[in-house]
Amino acid sequence: MSRGISHAHSIVEPGPLSRRIAAAVVVVYALVAMVPLAWIFLTSIKTPPDSISYPPKVVFKPSLEGYCNLFTTRSRQTQDYIDTLPPPSGTCERITRERNMVVVGPSNYAPRFVNSLVIAFGSTALSILLGTTAAYAFSRFKVPLRDDLMFFILSTRMMPPIAVAIPIFLMYRELGLSDTRLGMILLYTAVNVSLAVWLLKGFIDEIPREYEEAAMVDGYTRLQAFFRVVLPQAATGIVATAIFCLIFAWNEYAFAVLLTSGEAQTAPPFIPTIIGEGGQDWPAVAAGTTLFLVPILVFTVLLRKQLLRGITFGAVRK
Amino acid sequence: MQPAAKSSFAERAATATPEPLARAVRGLSDRAIAWLFISPTMALLLAINIFPLIWTIRLSFTNYRANRPNAEVVGVGIDHFADILTDPDVWASMQATAHFVFWTILLQTLLGFALAWFVDRRFRGHGFWTTAILIPMMLSPAVVGNFWAFLYQPQIGLFNYVVSFFTGLDPSSFEMIGSVKLAPWAIVLVDTWMWTPYVMLICLAGLRSIPDYIYEAAEVDRASKWRQFWTITLPMALPFIMLAVLFRGIENFKMFDLVNLLTNGGPGSTTEVASITLKREAFEKWRTGYSSAFAIILFVTVFGLANIYVKALNRVKSR
Repeated sequence: MSRGISHAHSIVEPGPLSRRIAAAVVVVYALVAMVPLAWIFLTSIKTPPDSISYPPKVVFKPSLEGYCNLFTTRSRQTQDYIDTLPPPSGTCERITRERNMVVVGPSNYAPRFVNSLVIAFGSTALSILLGTTAAYAFSRFKVPLRDDLMFFILSTRMMPPIAVAIPIFLMYRELGLSDTRLGMILLYTAVNVSLAVWLLKGFIDEIPREYEEAAMVDGYTRLQAFFRVVLPQAATGIVATAIFCLIFAWNEYAFAVLLTSGEAQTAPPFIPTIIGEGGQDWPAVAAGTTLFLVPILVFTVLLRKQLLRGITFGAVRK
Repeated sequence: MQPAAKSSFAERAATATPEPLARAVRGLSDRAIAWLFISPTMALLLAINIFPLIWTIRLSFTNYRANRPNAEVVGVGIDHFADILTDPDVWASMQATAHFVFWTILLQTLLGFALAWFVDRRFRGHGFWTTAILIPMMLSPAVVGNFWAFLYQPQIGLFNYVVSFFTGLDPSSFEMIGSVKLAPWAIVLVDTWMWTPYVMLICLAGLRSIPDYIYEAAEVDRASKWRQFWTITLPMALPFIMLAVLFRGIENFKMFDLVNLLTNGGPGSTTEVASITLKREAFEKWRTGYSSAFAIILFVTVFGLANIYVKALNRVKSR
C-alpha cells in the first residue's frame, strides 16, 4: 500500500501547509457525511413527538420508546381498562401505557433479524467454501477454457437482480424454495461466489507455487498441500473475501423483497414496513436501522485493513 | 486450526487404510481435483444464473403471466421487443436511468478523486478518517435509503432544515421527493453520499501506484506542481478512475433498492429508472413475458456498453 520507495525526507513529501489543508478538507467531509448516520441514532432515542418537531431537536430527553415499539406490537385501550391492569412489569410496558396502549406481543423484528443472520452467515460460509476451491483450481491447474470460464463467472454479476428474479421466482415456486432460508442462502451464494472466485484467485496467485511443491516433495498429497500450506497462507484473503460476502448478503434488498414475504424475510425489506398509528413510526424505524447497522459498523472499524485490501485489490492488481 | 486438523485426519486415514485404497486417495490426480473443485461452483451458477437466464429468454417470446400459471401460453414472437423499443414510457425510463447514471458518476468521480488526492497528502490520522469516510458505503442502501426519506421530509426533515438554515428558504417550500423537478436530484444526492467513498478508495489505490521517483525527476526538472498534476498524477491514475467509473456505472444502471425505497419511481414516473419499470411490469402488472424481454434488453445493453468501455480502458492502460 505504501509508495514503495518513500523516504521521510523525500523532496516530494507534501509540505506542512498542504497537509493541514488536506486534513481540514477530509475531516470536514467525513463529519458532514456522518450527519445522516448520527441523525439515525438520535432519532432512535427520541419520542415520536420529539422526532417530528420543528425545528429538528438536537437536545432532548432520551427515550427508549423507539426500541420498545420496534420489538412489540401494541393496541390502544381506554384509560379505564388500563387502570384495571396490574402495575407495569417493565420499562417498555410503562412507556406504552403512558401512551394509553398495552403491549400485545412481540413484533416481527427479532425473527427477521435472526433470518438476516442465518442467511448472511450461511451464504458467506458456502461462498467461501466454493470460492476457495474453485479459485485454487483456476490458479494452479491447467483448466481448459480457463479465461472464458473466469469471464463467465464474472459476467453473472452484470445481470440486474430484477431480471433474474422473475425466473428464480418461478423456479423457487416449483421447487418449494420460495420464502425459505435455504433458497435465499443458495441465491446469495450464487451472487457472491463470482466475487469470491475472482478475489481469492488473486490472493492464491500471490502464494508461490514452490511452497506446495516443496510440501509435495516431502510426501504431502495435493489435497494435503492445499489444506496445510495454501489455506493458512490465504487466510487474510479469505477473511477479506468473507467480509465482502457477508456485507453483500446482510445488505441485500432486491431479491429479499421480491422472493420473501414471511418465514425467510430478512431485515432490510422489513424495516421500511414498520408503521405506527398514522404513518411511519420514525423512532422505531430508526431503532431498527441502528441495530441493523451496528454489526456492519463494528466490522468496518475492526477489520478495516482487510477491507481496504479487498476493495482496492481488483484495481491494484491490474 | 481447522485445515490442519482436517489434513491430519486425511493423513491418518491414509495411513490406516489398506495399501491400494491409500494409493487411490493419494493418487487423486490433479485433473480430478480440478474437476472436483470447480464443478460445484459451476453447477450452482448454471442452476441459479444461467438456467433462469435461458428461461427469461424463452418467456420473452410468450405472453406468459406468472399470476396465471394455468392460462394457455401463446408464443408472440418478437412482439414484446418491438413494443418495448417503440414505447415512449420505456424511453422515458431509459432517460431517467441515464440522468441518474451520468450525474452520480460525474459527482462521485470528482468528489472521490479530490478526496483521494487529499487523503494521499498523508496528514496525521488519515487512516482513521479514511475509515470514517468509508462507513456509508458499507451500509444497506435499502435501509439507509429508507431513512433518507425521513431526512427529506418537507416540514420536519433535517435536510430541508439545514438547507433553509443556510439559504433562508422556507423549509416547507420545497419537497425533495415530492416534486418533479427535485426528485431526480434527491436520488443522485443519496447515491453520491453512499458511493463517493468507493470511488475514493480506487482512486487512492491509483495515486499510490505512482512511484515517487517520477515526481522526484519532475522536481529536478523544475516542473510546477500544477504541471506535475496534469502530466503525471492524472494520466497515471486514469486507468483506476476509469475502472471506478465502470464499476459504478454497471451498479447504477441496475440501481433498484435505493430508488425503490426513496421515491419508488415517483412522483409520477420522474425517477422511474429501468429496474423500477422492470419491477412494476413483472411484479405489479404481472406481464412476465413483456418484462422478460425488457430484462434481456437491459442485460444486453449493460453487457455491450461494459464491453466497449473495457476495450477503451485497455487502450488507456496500454499507453
